[in-house]
Amino acid sequence: MSATLSAIELGYQPLNDAVREAKGDIVINNAFGERFIAASATGDKNIVINGTPGNALGCYLDGAKVTVNGNAQDAVGDTMNDGEIVVHGRAGDALGYAMRGGVIYVKGDSGYRTGIHMKQYRDKRPVIVVGGRTGSFLGEYMAGGLLIVLGLYSSGLPPVGRYTGTGMHGGRIFLRCETPPDDLPAQVVCERATDEDVVSVSEYIKTFARLFGANLEELLGSTYFVLTPNASNPYRQLYTAN
Amino acid sequence: MAVNYIYPDCEVVRNYDRCISCRACERQCANEVHSYIEEENKVVSNDAECVDCHRCVSICPTRALKIVPTDHNFKANASWSKTNIYEVYKQAESGGVLLSSMGNPNAFPIYWDKILLNASQVTNPSIDPLREPMETRVYLGAKNQEVKRDADGRVIPEMTPQLKLSMPVMFSAMSYGSISYNAHESLARASQELGIFYNTGEGGLHEDFYQYGANTIVQVASGRFGVHRGYLDAAAAVEIKMGQGAKPGIGGHLPGAKIGEDVSRTRMIPVGSDAISPAPHHDIYSIEDLRQLVFSLKEATAYTKPVIVKIAAVHNVAAIASGIARSGADIISIDGFRGGTGAAPTRIRDNVGIPIEMALAAVDTRLREEGIRDRVSVLAAGSIRNSADVVKAIALGADAVYIGTAALLALGCHLCRTCNVGKCNWGIATQVPELVRRLNPDVGYKRLVNLMTAWNHEIEEMMGGMGINSIESLKGNRLMLRGVGLNEKELSILGIKHAGE
Repeated sequence: MSATLSAIELGYQPLNDAVREAKGDIVINNAFGERFIAASATGDKNIVINGTPGNALGCYLDGAKVTVNGNAQDAVGDTMNDGEIVVHGRAGDALGYAMRGGVIYVKGDSGYRTGIHMKQYRDKRPVIVVGGRTGSFLGEYMAGGLLIVLGLYSSGLPPVGRYTGTGMHGGRIFLRCETPPDDLPAQVVCERATDEDVVSVSEYIKTFARLFGANLEELLGSTYFVLTPNASNPYRQLYTAN
Repeated sequence: MAVNYIYPDCEVVRNYDRCISCRACERQCANEVHSYIEEENKVVSNDAECVDCHRCVSICPTRALKIVPTDHNFKANASWSKTNIYEVYKQAESGGVLLSSMGNPNAFPIYWDKILLNASQVTNPSIDPLREPMETRVYLGAKNQEVKRDADGRVIPEMTPQLKLSMPVMFSAMSYGSISYNAHESLARASQELGIFYNTGEGGLHEDFYQYGANTIVQVASGRFGVHRGYLDAAAAVEIKMGQGAKPGIGGHLPGAKIGEDVSRTRMIPVGSDAISPAPHHDIYSIEDLRQLVFSLKEATAYTKPVIVKIAAVHNVAAIASGIARSGADIISIDGFRGGTGAAPTRIRDNVGIPIEMALAAVDTRLREEGIRDRVSVLAAGSIRNSADVVKAIALGADAVYIGTAALLALGCHLCRTCNVGKCNWGIATQVPELVRRLNPDVGYKRLVNLMTAWNHEIEEMMGGMGINSIESLKGNRLMLRGVGLNEKELSILGIKHAGE
């Protein structure tokens, strides 16, 4: 039932039909912007993509494992429920939008609005690890889960754009940097991570180092800041019953 | 301290000649309006807590109670009404944004009431629906643009996914959370029995209701609450919520206090956590982006289900609808400015958006002009009150309508417009178990079936009167409509003639 498919020859819809039918190891070669690969794919699929898959890779993913040998585009893991996505390159905007479960590892940078609307629920606790920097609005409206931005190659500066954690009301964001961002909103509390904090997420940092050959000792020995929602959330006092 | 005292809107009038001090009113009122004075064997009422929901009035065994609007008022002032003055008081006190429930109650024109239907006389016989077949079945979805044939010339019977409705009415999106479990069960069971659909709203689908999936439309909103493979698979169609008529440009916010164990399960978020669904989808900034979400849902459901895009009726609705029709959506749902809500900022609800009658006519006209009307079905919503409104909406160009408020009224709602408080005495807009139990789904679903069955008879009768025996022949048939008391501009937007023309 395993399959080897050539994306550019099939086009996205026949390609995705073939992926839907296949089970086990699925290799997709010559990916060139084909969208929606692995949409809602379940745990019986292990998909390896060579090339550059298009937008909405692994949307609604439900247990499958997806490896990209290349860069990924926008909306990777949109509303992902379970599974694993590993990108040996960069990812575009809206990575892990409203992700509820599973884990995404990106070797390099990711774009704007990474991990927005992330949620957690019972045993489901989504995790995104970005090796490089992210764009603005990281973790906007974040309601749960874990975001780790390692800021490799960013020399101690905050590895994020502007407006990190705007509207955040759950979850945790770890930033590896010497100084935290200077424009955090009132909804966010930012503290230097304790050793305990770092230990609590070390399994993901270890996996990142193993996947991409990063220097684990350096990563674990670095300074991190942890962003959590401010418990005295003023949002609900805004209204007056009329 | 009491500079800005808010005098109660209504007064509870108790006829002590009839009151037998049975205390039923006291037990039934979640707002604790009524209390018993033991020494006097007397029940008294506190008007200040009354929301005018008529629960006590309805259950009083001796008809001893009525609720009347207070005649206490300010000095007459056509500009500064009591409402305007009190709203200033409330905001001066709290500093808060005013929050209201249900649809816009203000006196804007209701075009349904200024449109009249045609009937046949002499030359074109009317049809008696009791004796002759009448067709009110509707199929919703993009229609095939061409007939495909195989090498032998045989038609390839490949249809785009369609929703089959026994009549052109569905129950509109109301989430579990904003309304109760028993309300959802009533809607789901009624839809199944009637062969129509109800809509989960953006609050996910309760595991008990997966069995009604064939009659369920599931919603995907910006917060993606409860959206996962099983949810999409369970449904008959998927609706992307871009906007809501009661609050165009405004998102949803279900406070953590309303996220109990059960609501938490369907929304798939922890108990007590706020459920925030902002107005914008932060991954959609263009029709192309919308197309991406539409097709991601089609891919996730293997192209087996229609995708609906729901928008609020706003000024440029026709151009927006044209874009949506080109996005690959199968159905466009347009929600007018009178549409209901569990909670919306008062200013938005009462001042933003346009009437559904105008929006619907403008959209249908635009899609026809562009030659893409068949690519999508059009749903109209937001203040459809009766079967005549349904017939007028279809003649203006809708394929079918959604009803929300009318369905809630059938379940016992008395339009007290305090859903946001969460203490609905009728067991509809509440999660309090003792209150939810008051709505018996066995009774509720039957009442919805009754209402829809009655409307369908009336629709058939109106169609028959016009000499039309299929709803398809009524769709967009604006010659069946005439306006009364409308100006040239209104008539031209509605695309109808004036009475007498």
